[in-house]
Amino acid sequence: MSTVIKYGHVIEPSTGISEKLDILLDGKIITQIGKDLEGDEVIDATGCIVCPGLVDIHVHFREPGFESKETIESGSRCAAAGGFTSVVPMANTMPTIDNAGMVEFVNRRARETACIKIFPSACATKGMLGEEITEMAELKEVGIVAVTDDGKDIPSSWVMRRVMEYAKMVDLPYMAHCEDHSLLVNGGAMNEGYNSTRLGIPGIPKAAEEIMIERNARLAELTCAHLHVQHITTAGGVDILRRYKAKGVRITGEASPHHITLTDDAIETYNTNAKMNPPLREQSDIDAIKAGIADGTIDIIATDHAPHTPAEKDVEFELAPFGILGLETSLGLVLTQLVDEKVITLERAIEMMTVNCAKIVNIDAGVLREGGPADICIFNPDETWVVDANKSQSNSRNTPFDGMTLRGAIQHTICDGETVFST
Amino acid sequence: MANENVWTRKHLIGIEELSREEVEMVLDTAPQFLAVQDRESGIKKVPLLQGRLIANLFMEPSTRTRISFELAAKRLSADTLTFSASSSSTKKGETLHDTLANIEAMKTDLVVIRSPFAGAPALLTESHTSNIINAGDGYHEHPTQALLDTFTMRQHIRKLREDDTATLDGVRVALIGDISHSRVARSNIWALKKLGASIILCAPETLIPMNIQKMGVEVTSNLKEAMTDADVVYALRIQMERQASSLFPSLREYIRLFRVDNESLKHAPDNALIMHPGPINRDIELASDVADCNRSLVLEQVSNGVAIRMAVMHLLANSAQPTDQE
Repeated sequence: MSTVIKYGHVIEPSTGISEKLDILLDGKIITQIGKDLEGDEVIDATGCIVCPGLVDIHVHFREPGFESKETIESGSRCAAAGGFTSVVPMANTMPTIDNAGMVEFVNRRARETACIKIFPSACATKGMLGEEITEMAELKEVGIVAVTDDGKDIPSSWVMRRVMEYAKMVDLPYMAHCEDHSLLVNGGAMNEGYNSTRLGIPGIPKAAEEIMIERNARLAELTCAHLHVQHITTAGGVDILRRYKAKGVRITGEASPHHITLTDDAIETYNTNAKMNPPLREQSDIDAIKAGIADGTIDIIATDHAPHTPAEKDVEFELAPFGILGLETSLGLVLTQLVDEKVITLERAIEMMTVNCAKIVNIDAGVLREGGPADICIFNPDETWVVDANKSQSNSRNTPFDGMTLRGAIQHTICDGETVFST
Repeated sequence: MANENVWTRKHLIGIEELSREEVEMVLDTAPQFLAVQDRESGIKKVPLLQGRLIANLFMEPSTRTRISFELAAKRLSADTLTFSASSSSTKKGETLHDTLANIEAMKTDLVVIRSPFAGAPALLTESHTSNIINAGDGYHEHPTQALLDTFTMRQHIRKLREDDTATLDGVRVALIGDISHSRVARSNIWALKKLGASIILCAPETLIPMNIQKMGVEVTSNLKEAMTDADVVYALRIQMERQASSLFPSLREYIRLFRVDNESLKHAPDNALIMHPGPINRDIELASDVADCNRSLVLEQVSNGVAIRMAVMHLLANSAQPTDQE
């Protein structure tokens, strides 16, 4: 039985298509993209954008180990509600995902419980301890698409160099959380600046991030490995990325929706839902990240979706865990912060949330093509909606955007031809 | 916000959010309680909070502040209970909300909280019924300390100028020592700014927090410069363990550069007042002979502390509670 998505405006960044077209699906496959197509069933996309299912290569689904925060099942529902059909969960679970058996566990849970596609990552070092590299070749055989010690950096430059060389050999990107922990002996919990001084909270200087972006970029230059810099939050970080890209180093970078939306002013009332790592910075950083997005220095948007339970967050600011939800608000924030503010076009925004992400981790996602997977996101770009944390699909509620009005409402998320979310 | 002479706040969390009028209202309420302590009858007690229950919730070690609050409560005839818990035990088990809920289940009216974490008192105001007084939260604020300090300064400025209505407008205060890790410094900066004083901070660069100039203060690492024209020289306690995290090289060098002693005081006016929040590291941040000299207000700060805390408890617990509390 075939389904046709009619009357929508198709945006397909890999081919540059942006026009009114219909898409015909049969089973898990897109069979035709064209005008005036007919099928057994019709999805009316009048007034909507039809684009590839969104891709997020930086999420935390917490399974195994922290299922009260999130599971592969609940996380995938969150993703579907946000228009995503492919995600890469991070490996900082308990135990960590650092061997083939653990990856197979994630694969099985994804098969059994997830409504979208889960592409696992694995730790670059055993136990995420930053000491011994993992069996990346075997890990790749069982399906990982990247190695990362996300959540922390690898302190030893020696180990980092070997991680990169080995990752390059097996053709996997290293996704780097850049943070010089030795600069944070004070237990930094928010951006270091006037607000941290006033609130009396130990600060995280921008230099802590920039030192490691610079070091990792140098090592990428040395090893010719693919370095992907996660969640860039500082003007200096954007500059480093720009500089190494100009030199031809294999380096890509991501920005998170919250880092282009909020400054550390959001912490004013010790709001733990505005606590994440790296932290919210300042307006000048937001401006620089937007400039980096506009000129292509930053390749993708990724959410760093990081659920924590209300009880874990409802404590003293310094004791609260880092991280916020991201999947359900990502598209709305991108449209509101980047498209409405004319930083980039809608087409470019979708490119940064689909095909560019898929390219970094080399997965078959983020494009609409005849014969390709029927992974599709349909959203109404003109419809506004109000974020309600209590309606989240997540097991957690930790969003600083509760009550915020966003533009761009997901109508249908289709994964492998099946509707996995619809309003 | 305060109407003229009407206290409207339910909690005292920080000085930053108070108006000048509110700060002055506390300072103007304190003398009547100071008089209670000095009664010739020897009965140092008033029944203003009789039958009320005040809980002291101390999540980090404190002797002085705790006993000052306890005594203030007792002199107002309130019942008191003290709950001391180390932060590590609460880290493992009960949350702060649960701890307070358990205490409130015993029908407390007012809770005094000391926490090693900035924002802990503010967190409690969201979902509990008692009046909350911040007795120091991390490096954030210690509002009653600033109130007793500015009260003490004002008392002496009035004495020196033989003017019972003199204010701190134009008074210059040098705050010397570890500003980074000092809630006393932050609360005093806010209070002094609101009362019209000018402030110069003096510390090693390693102990000056980022962008603190934006609070409206001058900053120097030169003690002579800080002392010049200072009406009040306020030394802060230096924590010995800061040396281990490379914040200063040695006590010896700290003393050489930053100690308030007769030598460095040569650069200050002769009648400059000497203050310190206690406990003093004798001969480290403050020379013994200076701490004990007749310009030193250190022990008066302690006496005034009880009166200020009585004033704060009375204002919070005996004022009509507004509904639009911040």
